[in-house]
Amino acid sequence: MIVVDAWRFLADNPGRVLGDVAGQLLLSVVSVAIAIAIAVPLGAAIGHTRRFALLAVNGANVLRALPTLAIIAIGIGLYGVGFVNIMVALVILALPLILTNTYVGVAEVEPGTVEAARGMGMTGWQILTQVELPHAIPLIMAGIRTGTVFVIATAYLAGTAGYPHTLGSVITNPTLPVSQLLAYTVLAVVLAFAVDGLLLIVQRAVTPAGMKIVPSTAA
Amino acid sequence: MNLPAQGPVIPDFGNTSGCKANETFCWDWFADHWDRFAAELVQHVWVSAIAIVIGLAIALPAALLAYRLPRFETPAVVFSTILYTVPVLGFFLLMIPVTGIGLLTIEIALVGYTLLLLFRNTVTGLRSVPPEVRAAALGMGLTPGQILVRITFPLALPAVMAGLRVVTVTTISLATLAAYIAPYGLGQSILFYIGNTFISGLISAGVLAILLALVADALIVGLTKLVTPWARARRGGA
Repeated sequence: MIVVDAWRFLADNPGRVLGDVAGQLLLSVVSVAIAIAIAVPLGAAIGHTRRFALLAVNGANVLRALPTLAIIAIGIGLYGVGFVNIMVALVILALPLILTNTYVGVAEVEPGTVEAARGMGMTGWQILTQVELPHAIPLIMAGIRTGTVFVIATAYLAGTAGYPHTLGSVITNPTLPVSQLLAYTVLAVVLAFAVDGLLLIVQRAVTPAGMKIVPSTAA
Repeated sequence: MNLPAQGPVIPDFGNTSGCKANETFCWDWFADHWDRFAAELVQHVWVSAIAIVIGLAIALPAALLAYRLPRFETPAVVFSTILYTVPVLGFFLLMIPVTGIGLLTIEIALVGYTLLLLFRNTVTGLRSVPPEVRAAALGMGLTPGQILVRITFPLALPAVMAGLRVVTVTTISLATLAAYIAPYGLGQSILFYIGNTFISGLISAGVLAILLALVADALIVGLTKLVTPWARARRGGA
């Protein structure tokens, strides 16, 4: 029975399985964190000032179109195999989603709300941090959640990028038995759903009480 | 193309060429191997296009069904979300015992990834049509079938096309992984040259895959403008 074999593979190699899961999570967390560190300030600045909006939207669309394996392949040529290679590919995967959602979230705060804040004497920085960003949190979190699920579901390509300490150690190796493959594939799906659920809890925690009635949508 | 038995420094080109082993990209080598890349590029387009067309053929009727029968929506979303989250390579490899090594396996997996976005966007698009527009159409004497074909679906088209745009670039991206299963698409060259120190092969295949995705993206944007001319008129010709 293939399912029994898959389970036995997981149960017999707890150290290796946990190591691969931890590696996959670490790689994903680092990649998403870098994507957030670039995309949220950039998206917020563009949404607040309304400058370079067209450039940002088109740039995000171009990034979104880049095939991950192609980035890995070109990366091998330009900066070699390893952690950095797969990380760059994953940052490029997550960045456009977070950038677009942050920009749209900040730019689409009702003009009346922003005017009122300005009328109360708030500075531009105060408006951004105390009015626009709190309003944008549902959209920003939706972008981060989708981006994270994408990254976790793709991080196994680390096996192709020459960084073996992920679920890719099995998934990118077609010579292994199907049972091992099944085990790791199911593990990857479970991992993606678990992290998505975790981020949903984070999203509820960081959403200001006044915003909770507004349903969030991914762009 | 004859493969040398002991991989030389520069694959399939001999050492008498102008290319150097440590060059980032050698145009001579690329020109000499253009036939190979062109064939893989054409395959890549076909593999992706088949998956997208089948995906539309499944997702659009399913979305119409979910629009009419809302209780059908949740199971469809859960099913397509699970499909969407499975690592595509795992999906490919797990399908081999069932559907064998070949195009069928590749297409089943690729179609699986198109369903969620096409389905969800189409349902969202259909739901966003204002009820008063449908009421007006009904009042003008249109039958329910005519309302669907001439009013509801055209108004849902921008959302459908937005989904199709993402699905197209995603499918082209995932199709690079098809070469793990069977010799189809640009992934063949990526996997073939991945262990080689002469990197022009990797760069060529990678850049071609990227260009293909960008061109397809631009084509869908153009197609969207073509099939939704009113959207541009509403934006004041911008």
